[in-house]
Amino acid sequence: MVALDTPPPAVEPRRDLKRRKASTNYAGPFTYALLVVVLLASVFPLYFSFVVASKDNSVLGEAVPPLTPGGHLIENITRVFDTVDFSLAMANSLIVAGTVAISNVLLGTLAGFAFARLRFRGRNSLFLVVIGTSMVPAQLGVIPLYLLMSDLDWYGTLQAVIVPALIGAFSVFWMRQACEESVPHELVEAARVDGCSVLRTFWHVALPAVRPQAAVMGMFAFMAAWNDFFWPLIVLDPNDSPTVQVALSALASGYYTDYSLMLAGASLAVLPVVAIFILLSRQIVGGIMQGALKG
Amino acid sequence: MALETTSPPSPVGDRDKRWLLARLDGKYTPYLVIAPFFLVFGAFGLYPLLYTAWVSLHDWQLVDGDQGFTGLDNYATLLGDANFWNALFNTLSLFVLSTVPQLLAALGLAAVLDRGLRGRTFWRAGVLLPNVISVAAVALVFAQLYGRDFGIVNHLLGLVGIDPVDWRAETWASHLAISSIVMWRWTGYNALIYLAAMQSVPRDMYEASMIDGASRWRTFWAITVPSIRPTILFTVITSTIGGLQLFVEPQLFDPGGTATGTGGSDRQFQTLVMYLYEKGFRLFDAGYAATIAWVLFLVVLVVAGINFSVARRIASKG
Repeated sequence: MVALDTPPPAVEPRRDLKRRKASTNYAGPFTYALLVVVLLASVFPLYFSFVVASKDNSVLGEAVPPLTPGGHLIENITRVFDTVDFSLAMANSLIVAGTVAISNVLLGTLAGFAFARLRFRGRNSLFLVVIGTSMVPAQLGVIPLYLLMSDLDWYGTLQAVIVPALIGAFSVFWMRQACEESVPHELVEAARVDGCSVLRTFWHVALPAVRPQAAVMGMFAFMAAWNDFFWPLIVLDPNDSPTVQVALSALASGYYTDYSLMLAGASLAVLPVVAIFILLSRQIVGGIMQGALKG
Repeated sequence: MALETTSPPSPVGDRDKRWLLARLDGKYTPYLVIAPFFLVFGAFGLYPLLYTAWVSLHDWQLVDGDQGFTGLDNYATLLGDANFWNALFNTLSLFVLSTVPQLLAALGLAAVLDRGLRGRTFWRAGVLLPNVISVAAVALVFAQLYGRDFGIVNHLLGLVGIDPVDWRAETWASHLAISSIVMWRWTGYNALIYLAAMQSVPRDMYEASMIDGASRWRTFWAITVPSIRPTILFTVITSTIGGLQLFVEPQLFDPGGTATGTGGSDRQFQTLVMYLYEKGFRLFDAGYAATIAWVLFLVVLVVAGINFSVARRIASKG
């Protein structure tokens, strides 16, 4: 986690000092102490999950709960793979989340580009509709959605999870914002005047300009699809076509609760997302805060 | 991009055709490229939601299909169904217990993060971390933390002389425990949303208030909170829509009970979406499950409306 830290601004110490003096709004030791407590609370459940995953189950019955890792991590992970088809689940989750991420980037940027840089009748009202859809509790339509999937013969197949997630309102909203910021008007005009079609303008002008934002958006879509639980639980077959989250719930539904096993699975399930988060934390934090301002 | 600047001399008809194509392209392609969103939302979002109302008017079995129109029978049964009222109570209780403290804590945390901190990104990332973790994994960890015999929470309570709590057996204990999971996941996220809004409040407004001798506490309620009112309203609405559809946290809180989805032996923490899941996908009564979904939809509309007006009033005072 050290990599996350921004180094203190060592370049201009004098200016920093001045700013701190002038502002009544600086942080004292109490503030930092409070933040350390919050941070520990954030990290502890993850750390504890790893601790339990590395312990023999019998240790969990002792009077004092364990706080340091033990030596059974590999053994417990092996048991996870023996109990459920976790490698299939991992592969499925990769396919689902990867496809959903790529598709949201492409379709989201296309639509975002149109809303930001093309002129067409009804543009503003259609964009309001896009924003409005994110307020619709679509989860409540789950019964007909399931009926639709069985009519299509998609029960237990990955496309039942992928297709409804191919493009979301958030991606359109986000990529429109990115295009507003980063795609120069003049360049689009020039390309159009020179006879570039809309799609070629998108591909050669818009997409290269918004690559950084598109990457972050893709990661958001990946994480959301990787973590999705409710719909995969319903439409996938836990034995035949599980995603990681569905496999996790299968681990948890045994007759007796084997916490080492469960939390070894949970640790594996969160690993890719935590890795992405650590690598891209600056962009992810910035993305959420920017989205909030413009929303 | 190999763009032609001078087109080669071509017959007039050909040029007309290209001009026409370009015009059609400019006019219709925008609709073509925004169409996927509307198609996907229409087919997998809006249509199922509306069709839910139609299914709820039938005796409809998940596997065997439509067994005939029954009008409002499902609704009449629902109103007399003790399990429904129980689930509605649990849903509202969990919603209030998790949302109200969560948004207040998020406001406080945002105010702390708004100080001139060193290592800003580090702290922000730290509070956001819980939000990116899969809720299924989180629920399993907390199930262990809240274990009756060997859980850490009971161990800590024991250190200060409080008897172990059976977090799954009792209604209030289970609601508190599940709310804490929701809070853990969402407080940091909402804090960052508030923080973003706070940073666009002009600094001189604070300075002026401080010079006038107002305390930090007073400044916060008199200036900060009213300034970020739209953002607060936004989070209240999104938390309402999400919170009333609570499912995974309570569903996995009782690891042994996941197969049934009843939320504890006495349904003490079964939410409406869990009841929907139980009826629809464990007992295959699609018509009744659709009725629960549609009633929950109305509940979401009503509660969101109430919260919107309450939050608007509170946030504009100060």
